[in-house]
Amino acid sequence: MSSPVTVQAGTDRWQVLRLLVSRKTVLISLIVLVVLIAAALLAPMISPYDPYKLSIMNRLKAPSGAHWFGTDDFGRDVFSRVVYGGRLSLTVGFAVVILSSVLGIALGLLAGFFRGADKFVSRLIDAMMAFPDILLAISLVAALGPSVINVVIALGIVYTPRLARIVRASTLVIRELPFVEAARALGVSTWRIVTVHVLRNLVSPILVQGTFIFAYAILAEAGLSFLGVGVSPDIPTWGTMINAGQQYMGSADWIMIFPGIAIVLSVLSLQLVGDGLRDVLDPRLRKEL
Amino acid sequence: MNPNVVLSVQGLKTWFHSRDGVAKSVDGVTFELAKGETLAIVGESGSGKSVTSLSIMGLLPKPAGRIEAGSIHFRDRAGIEHDLAHASAATLRRIRGAEIAMIFQEPMTSLNPLYTVGDQIAEAVLQHEGGSRAAAMARAREMLERVEIPAAAKRIGEYPHQMSGGMRQRVMIALALACNPSVLIADEPTTALDVTVQAQILDLLRRLQEELHMSILFITHNLGVVAEIAHRVAVMYAGRVVEDADVYDLFERPTHPYTRGLLSCLPTDALLASGERLRAIPGNVPSVLALPAGCTFAPRCPLADADCTRAVPELLPVRPQHRARCIKVATI
Repeated sequence: MSSPVTVQAGTDRWQVLRLLVSRKTVLISLIVLVVLIAAALLAPMISPYDPYKLSIMNRLKAPSGAHWFGTDDFGRDVFSRVVYGGRLSLTVGFAVVILSSVLGIALGLLAGFFRGADKFVSRLIDAMMAFPDILLAISLVAALGPSVINVVIALGIVYTPRLARIVRASTLVIRELPFVEAARALGVSTWRIVTVHVLRNLVSPILVQGTFIFAYAILAEAGLSFLGVGVSPDIPTWGTMINAGQQYMGSADWIMIFPGIAIVLSVLSLQLVGDGLRDVLDPRLRKEL
Repeated sequence: MNPNVVLSVQGLKTWFHSRDGVAKSVDGVTFELAKGETLAIVGESGSGKSVTSLSIMGLLPKPAGRIEAGSIHFRDRAGIEHDLAHASAATLRRIRGAEIAMIFQEPMTSLNPLYTVGDQIAEAVLQHEGGSRAAAMARAREMLERVEIPAAAKRIGEYPHQMSGGMRQRVMIALALACNPSVLIADEPTTALDVTVQAQILDLLRRLQEELHMSILFITHNLGVVAEIAHRVAVMYAGRVVEDADVYDLFERPTHPYTRGLLSCLPTDALLASGERLRAIPGNVPSVLALPAGCTFAPRCPLADADCTRAVPELLPVRPQHRARCIKVATI
């Protein structure tokens, strides 16, 4: 009774985490994500071989005790490359999601909430969506110059319209709801209405779209690298490894299967965590304790 | 402005400009709200009562809705008069919630579903008065107790969906009164509620009014509710006030043919005993896009003649404190 406020806020925060972990799928997904991220961070300690070391003697070896995931066409250890590849792939994935979310949410709220801005912003979004993703990304990277940061910037811009459109559509619905008018009647500022009342109600579509963009970004980065406008092809990323392994799909499928599994695991677990987070953050879907 | 008056609306015209023309939703509304008084604005759907309240709050949908003429004088707590029809957005925002608060018809959707009711009340307090979050939450709890929500300390952490309609309307009232406004605009606050809950909410509003010495502008189409809560009544028809009077006077001696028609639509014991059907006023409310010339009620009025359509009648005194917008006031 002494300080109900702090107790309230504290329990609420832990309650969200507890509820999140109480679902088995979410718990497993979280563990998978943590393992993947930890492996990427601790790559030099985990990987048994140098991911760049060529060994013609050992080329295209099937998975074995010495090479858990086999070796690729240059005799490089696939396990070590998958572990190292996670560094760039995960970084690019998360960075693109963050960049496109920031841009997309800002543009979407602007277009959805302010009629005057809508005409301009919506046409801009339409124009960007008219270009095929990869073509727009290639021209952006070509203009900016190939580097990891520029790949992130290019992909972040390419995926912005996807988020902006969804945010705009949802904002158009939410701005007409009575609680927005009620907040206005209480003297709440437009800025606060948009950034607190509207944005908070957009969390679930943003989470869902964000996890999709994460997956697209990992694959698109591979596409860009394959086309020679991304990062240098000898730097391992999951995407480039899949591309490089394509020509051995029939004879040495492990080259692309293992980075493929890494992508599937990271995207799937991120999506499951996103789903769980969405349900837990919406008090109407939250189960009573 | 009379020192006893907190809100004075004079000749207010709020029009909506659309592709189909100009909708004169509010076309010359005049009334005064005294300190500690409840003024009910009664009217059918489309009579302009809600637009009047939105004009006062400065919440008209822009750019379609505009105040074309008239003034809305409001005296704030410091005694300074503001004309809300011409006030800046910043002034309006400072007054909204803190000096004039509003409760709405839909208690189910007028609260943000993703925040606890305590958070939402605290937000209003922080917005206008600042201070610490803990203090704002303490005020929120005090307000929930004030609107007689049982176990307020526990309910403060609940979300709107965990509450019933009546409870949510109580939360809305707590939210509106959190900053101790001098005027409360209640736009059909009981329409969406069960009859028993309606009576509780009206009772609560009446008690809070006495405790907090506030004025209430009560907007409704329900004459039964009017009789329950109002001190004075303004009857609106097609964007104008057609009659204003003391509540007893209005029910005992309705003067304007429209008011008489409305009252005769209510079931009475005599009518029930006779087994007759309920009476209705023939015809429909005119479209605000094309109002009839002269008295807007003339096309439906049993007493109308050629004189009625010549000019818009003035609000003429019937008795002291009782006016009607009808040229036949003297002969009725």
